[in-house]
Amino acid sequence: MSYPANYRFAKSHEWLSLEGENGTVGITDYAQSSLGDIVFVELPKVGQQVEAGSTFGSVESVKAVSDLYAPVSGTVTEVNEALNDAPETINSDANNVWLIKLAVTNTDEANALLSAEDYEKFVAEETGH
Amino acid sequence: MRYLPKSPADRVEMLDAIGVPNVDSLFESVPAEYRLTRDLNIPRQHSESEVLDRFKAFAANIASGEIAEAKPAKQYASFLGAGAYRHYRPVVIDSLVQRGEFLTSYTPYQPEIAQGTLQATFEFQTMICELTGMEIANASMYDGSTGCAEAVMMAVRITGRSSAIVARTVHPEYREVLRTTVQHQGIPVSEVEYMRESGAVDLAALDAAINDDTACVLIQSPNFFGTIEDVKAIAEIAHKKGALLIVSIAEALSLGIVQPPVDADIVSLEAQSFGVAVGFGGPYCGVLACKEKFLRQMPGRLCGETKDVNGKRGFVLTLSTREQHIRREKATSNICTNQALVSLMVTVYLTVYGKQGLRDLAEQNLAKAAYLHSALEKAGAKKLFTGPSFNEFAVSLPASAEATNAKLLDSQIIGGLSLSQWYPELGEGASLWCATELTTKAQMDAVTEAL
Repeated sequence: MSYPANYRFAKSHEWLSLEGENGTVGITDYAQSSLGDIVFVELPKVGQQVEAGSTFGSVESVKAVSDLYAPVSGTVTEVNEALNDAPETINSDANNVWLIKLAVTNTDEANALLSAEDYEKFVAEETGH
Repeated sequence: MRYLPKSPADRVEMLDAIGVPNVDSLFESVPAEYRLTRDLNIPRQHSESEVLDRFKAFAANIASGEIAEAKPAKQYASFLGAGAYRHYRPVVIDSLVQRGEFLTSYTPYQPEIAQGTLQATFEFQTMICELTGMEIANASMYDGSTGCAEAVMMAVRITGRSSAIVARTVHPEYREVLRTTVQHQGIPVSEVEYMRESGAVDLAALDAAINDDTACVLIQSPNFFGTIEDVKAIAEIAHKKGALLIVSIAEALSLGIVQPPVDADIVSLEAQSFGVAVGFGGPYCGVLACKEKFLRQMPGRLCGETKDVNGKRGFVLTLSTREQHIRREKATSNICTNQALVSLMVTVYLTVYGKQGLRDLAEQNLAKAAYLHSALEKAGAKKLFTGPSFNEFAVSLPASAEATNAKLLDSQIIGGLSLSQWYPELGEGASLWCATELTTKAQMDAVTEAL
């Protein structure tokens, strides 16, 4: 498992890459490996407002559906349409396959998220190894 | 509920276990003046055979309203349709569905269920697709009315729009179920009128009614008046403004001869006509079928065909991840029970008749309905609508439908369904008549005579 050092991580297993007020959101390597083969991703519409911690979509594997939670608040500016046809790319490259882009309303919210190192520890505690 | 017999000794043991002397002491917390000290004012208990005899007698006489006393069975001719159709049921249906492997398996939830059950469901879905012209069909729903409501909610999820338009020619009770289901979901439902001459949806009114917030248009074809709608034209109007078209079919046998609604986005079918007996309100068998691109928004489960590790053909339940047993309160739908055994009846029925058989049967229905129309005309009835119809049509009778039916009942005939309760504008004499392959020429001639 790898977690890019310049990303921030939510305990609900989403990553956030922040450049100024432009946020990019994906799910973590740990999330994709726990879910298994991803068969469908349900994404919001461009222009939708999301609150930190609220659900903005869902990701579906063969036998489970998990909600996606926004790591920070903002307005959806772009959704990754390519995932409609190839959701399985998340399994092969979770760190680089993004789900949505956000115009982040309060960048301070990112401070409440975990660093790569802390997220790795969090996952280790959660899984017990 | 399970039947658990208790002997007097069992009762004593149970009371001992909880430490009370008798049953009455369990009710001590209820003040004495509120406790009933006499026997209930109901008839004495009946034996099983007495109960069976009584209900058989009820069934035979219920049409006449004489249900209080058991009387010798009477044979009634019925011309009722309106969402519940009497068709012949080949005996092989019951002999197959009553096999223990099918009869005792409750609606199957787990992917590991029997291959036979899965294959039957897979074949059901396949035949429904062939019949409706849709790309996918689910493993069945409660009935045609709840199917309509599910289809409307599906359209709202797909389009991101919030309101629905329903034709007034959709079965009035289906519309009631729809309103009940969506009333707390923030889905406003408006109705669109029919043309008084043809009995079909008023296309101009429909065109004007659709706006940017309309998720879907729900129509029925053949509609409640029996008129076959111009599905293609309606689809064009709906699609032009970004709304989906849902077609509800209450008389599934019409698909034996009427062109399938290929222009629809979602088809909600009531499959009762295919081998399910008309009972006291059920069971029915609803089906949802749609275009493949809407797969993820379809409620219920699908059964798919696959290969096992040895390359052998096998069947699996798939796409049930949005169902209640996995997604709990976030499920796509609260419908968690499909009609597995009833859909099996449908599967057997369709297999027995086959493509040509279904067509022949549909032609018989068409011919019988034409004869019934002429028989009614002789009695002074006028057809209410000019649109094409299948085995059901609306007429206007000289007397009120109630008076006509009361008169017919004396001759052991159950006449058409009175329409004025839902469509007062059609007048007291308006009623809906249906003839199927089970309707005999003698029965239809008897109507002319009795009137």
